[in-house]
Amino acid sequence: MSTPYAKLPAWADYGLIPLINLSVAFIVAGFVVLLVGENPFRAAVILVEGAFGKGTGIAFTLFYATTFIFTGLSVAVAAHCGLFNIGTEGQAYISGLGIAIVCLSFDSTLPWWLTFPLAIVASAVVGALWALIPAYLQAKRGSHIVITTIMFNFIAASIMVYLLVGPLKPAGSQAPQTRNFFAGAELPKLNWIIELFGAKIRSAPLNVTFLLALLMAFLVWLLIWRTKLGYEMRTYGHSPKAARYAGISETRIIITAMMISGALAGMMALNPVMGDQHNVAIDFVSGAGFVGIAVALMGRLHPVGIVLAAVLFGMLYQGGAELAFEMPAISRDMIVIIQGLVILFAGALEHMFRPYIQALFASFSPRSVGMEAVKGKGA
Amino acid sequence: MAQAAIELIGINKSFGAVRANRDINLEIARGTIHGIVGENGAGKSTLMSILYGFYQADSGEIRVGGQPASIKTPNDAIALGIGMVHQHFMLVDNFTVLENIILGAESDALLKRSITKARSELERLEREYGLEVDPDAIIEELPVGLQQRVEILKALYRGAEILILDEPTGVLTPAEADHLFRILKQLKEQGKTVVLITHKLREIMAITDTVSVMRQGTMVATRETKKTTVEELAELMVGRRVLLRVEKGEAEAGAVKLAVKNLTVKDSRGVTMVDDISFDLRAGEIVGIAGVAGNGQSELLEAISGIRHAVSGSVMLDGKPIDLTGKADPGELRDRGLAHVPEDRHHVGLVLAFEENENSILGYHDDPRYLKGPFLNVDAIMADAKDKIEKYDIRPSNPRLKTANFSGGNQQKIVLAREMEQDPGVLIVGQPTRGVDVGAIEFIHKRLIAMRDQGKAVLVVSVELDEIRSLSDRILVMFAGRIVGERGPEATEGELGLLMAGVEQEAAA
Repeated sequence: MSTPYAKLPAWADYGLIPLINLSVAFIVAGFVVLLVGENPFRAAVILVEGAFGKGTGIAFTLFYATTFIFTGLSVAVAAHCGLFNIGTEGQAYISGLGIAIVCLSFDSTLPWWLTFPLAIVASAVVGALWALIPAYLQAKRGSHIVITTIMFNFIAASIMVYLLVGPLKPAGSQAPQTRNFFAGAELPKLNWIIELFGAKIRSAPLNVTFLLALLMAFLVWLLIWRTKLGYEMRTYGHSPKAARYAGISETRIIITAMMISGALAGMMALNPVMGDQHNVAIDFVSGAGFVGIAVALMGRLHPVGIVLAAVLFGMLYQGGAELAFEMPAISRDMIVIIQGLVILFAGALEHMFRPYIQALFASFSPRSVGMEAVKGKGA
Repeated sequence: MAQAAIELIGINKSFGAVRANRDINLEIARGTIHGIVGENGAGKSTLMSILYGFYQADSGEIRVGGQPASIKTPNDAIALGIGMVHQHFMLVDNFTVLENIILGAESDALLKRSITKARSELERLEREYGLEVDPDAIIEELPVGLQQRVEILKALYRGAEILILDEPTGVLTPAEADHLFRILKQLKEQGKTVVLITHKLREIMAITDTVSVMRQGTMVATRETKKTTVEELAELMVGRRVLLRVEKGEAEAGAVKLAVKNLTVKDSRGVTMVDDISFDLRAGEIVGIAGVAGNGQSELLEAISGIRHAVSGSVMLDGKPIDLTGKADPGELRDRGLAHVPEDRHHVGLVLAFEENENSILGYHDDPRYLKGPFLNVDAIMADAKDKIEKYDIRPSNPRLKTANFSGGNQQKIVLAREMEQDPGVLIVGQPTRGVDVGAIEFIHKRLIAMRDQGKAVLVVSVELDEIRSLSDRILVMFAGRIVGERGPEATEGELGLLMAGVEQEAAA
C-alpha cells in the first residue's frame, strides 16, 4: 500500500529550501555576532558590501567561487555514482605537482594559451590518478572510499610538503614553494568584464579559469544527464543491484566516476596556482576541497545549484575577510564559525525543514506535490 | 457481536484535489475479523492511517467502543487500545525480541526492571494466544513469519484490543500465512477485534467474518463473508467483471530454447540453494516453477540471468552455453535474446528515483537505438517510453514522472513492457504479480500468454499457486533447492501443496 508521498515542485526544492536553510544559518550567525557585542545588521551589510559592493569585491568573490565550482562538481560527480569522495582536498593539492611540472618546464618558452591547455591536462590527469587508487581499492577490495580518500588527503599533503621544502624549492630560498612562474604560465585576468559594467578594480585575481569552471559545470550536466556513462553512474548510485541487473560493471563504473571526480578536483588547482600566486605553495588548497562537499550538497548535486552555491561561499570568503577587517571584535575565526553554520544548515541539516515545508505544500497546493500522480489512479 | 468496536462516520480526507477518502461509513463489530479490500490507491491505507493517528480526517467522526474519540497521534490510538502491524515491520533488527517489545514503552531509566516485567507479561501473552517466540532471539535471525509475530506481540503488549494488519501475508510463505490465520482466529476467540487490509481475496474468504470493499476512495460495499463470492468481490473492487483465470489455448511447444543441466548454486553464505537441477524450456510454452519462497527459486533465476554465479552445471541458451562463473554480463545475455523480469522490482528491476522513461531503457541502454554516440538519444527514449506506456496502459501516462510515484501494478508494467518489447526469445519472470492489484494481474497474465502464443519460451517463478496453475503448461515444483516433481496444469492445489511441502519427495525422486 502506498502512503501519500509528497514531492515538492522544483522551484521549492531547489530554491525555497536552500533559501530557508541559509536564512536560518544567518539568523544563528547573527546571534553569534550579537554575543561578541557587535551589531549583526551592520555586520551583514559589511559582509554583503564587501563581497558585491565594489568591483574588486565582486572579482574576489568570483575568484573564490571558481575554486569552489571545481571542488563542488568533483564531489557531485562521485555522489551521483553513490560514492562520497572526501578526497577532493588531496586530489586538488597533489595536482599542484602536475601544474608545477608543466609551468616550470614551459613558462619561459610557450605563451600562456599553450601552457594553459597543457596544465589543464596535467592537473586533470594527476587528480584522476590520485583518485584511481582509492577507487580501485573500493571496486576490487571493498575498502571504503571515505576512509581511503581521507587517508590519501594526508598522503598528498605529506608528499607536497616534502616536494615543496625539497626538490621543488629553488636553491637558497627560505619559502616552501616553487619559484615564481614567468609570464608564459600566468593566466589573463577577467577583471575587464566587471569593468565593462562600470566598476573599478584595483587588483583582483579573477582569471580565465572562471570560464573553464563554467564550461566544466556545463560538461558535468551533459555527462550526468545526457550521456550513457552518466546514466550508468546514476543507476549504480541509486541501486547497485539494479546496475548489476542492467549489466553495468561495478569495477568500471566506480573507477570511471572517481577518476572524473579526481580530474575535476585537480583542475581546481589551476585557479590559485596559475591565476593568482604564480607559484605552487604549501597548503594552497586550504580547505577548498572540504568546502566543495558543502557546495555540492547545497547545490543539490546539480551544476547550476553548485555554481550558485559556489558564489555564495565565495561571498562568505570575500565578505568575511572584509568583515574581519572592519569589525575588530569579529576575528578571522568568527568568519569560520559563520561559514561553519552555513555548512551545518545547508549541508548537514539540509532536510531539517523539509517535512514542514512538504506538509505546508500538501495542505495548500496538493497538485504541486504530485499527489495527483499517486492517488486514485491504481492500475 | 452486539457492540461496535469501531465506528467511522462520514470520514473525509483530501490531499488537496485528490479525495483519498470520501464520506466513509464503517462499523466493525467487537470480536470479529473484518477485511478491507480494494486495489492499490483505493484509500485503504489512508483510512487506517486516520484510525491510527498518522493523519487526521478533514471531517467525520471516529467512535471507539461507542465513545467519540479524538485520535491525533499513534499514541492516542494506542491509548484507546488500537494496535497496528505494518506491512513493513517496524523492528530494530539487531535487538532481541524482548528489547523490541519494550521499545518505546520502557518504564524506567534502567532497562533491567522493564525487561523483567516485560518477560513475565510476554510469557502470559504467548501462552494465551499461542504466539511462541523466543524472547531472547535476535530479530534479524528470525524468519519473517516470526518477526511478524513479534509485531503482533508488540501491539498486544501495549494493550491492543483492536488490531489492524496491513497486507500481513505479502511477505509470508503459505504455511506461515496459515499459521498467522490461526493466530488471528485465536485472537478473535479471546474477544479481540481484527481489521485485515489486503488485496488477496482468498485470504478474505478464508478468515474474515465481514468484508468491506473500497474503490477510488469510497466504501462501495460491506458484505458478510459467508454470503459473498470471490467473483463478486473482485467485481466490486475493480468496478467491472474480472477474469480470475485467464483463457488460453493448448501450448504448441517447439524447439528447446533454454536447457538447464545439473545446475548447482550456492548463496553468499555458502549454503546450497539450487541443488543439481535440470529442465528444458521450449519455445511456445510457459513453464511454471512453484514452491514456497526461499526454496532456491530466486537463486535459480539469478543464475540463469547471469547475475549470480553457479558452482556447477550448465545452462544452454539456443544451444550455446551461458557463462556461469559470475562474470557473465547480463547485458550480453539480453543481446542473445534472454529477457529477465526480476522478482525484486524495487531494487533490481527498476531505479525508483529515475523518471519512467529512464527505467524504460534500463539494461538496454547500450542499444544504439537509444544512443547518439556517447550521448543518450533523449527524443528516441521518450518516444519509445510513450509508445510502451500506451501499449501497456501504464498510468499515469507521463514518462517524466518519477518511478516511485507509480503504483505497484504500473511499476511492474514498466518492467514487463521494457523486457517484452525487446522481443526476446526467452523470457524469465520472477513473481509476475507480487504486490500488483487484481486489474493489472489479469493484464499481465494475458500478456504472458500472448508471448507464449508468439512462440516465445516463458519461465515463470511464483509463490502464488493460483498464478502458477493458471498460467503454466508444465509445472515444476521446487523444494529445498531440488525439483521434486513435474505436473501438468490440471494438477490440483492439494497435490502441488504436498509437493511444495516436500511430502512426496521420495515418491517423486
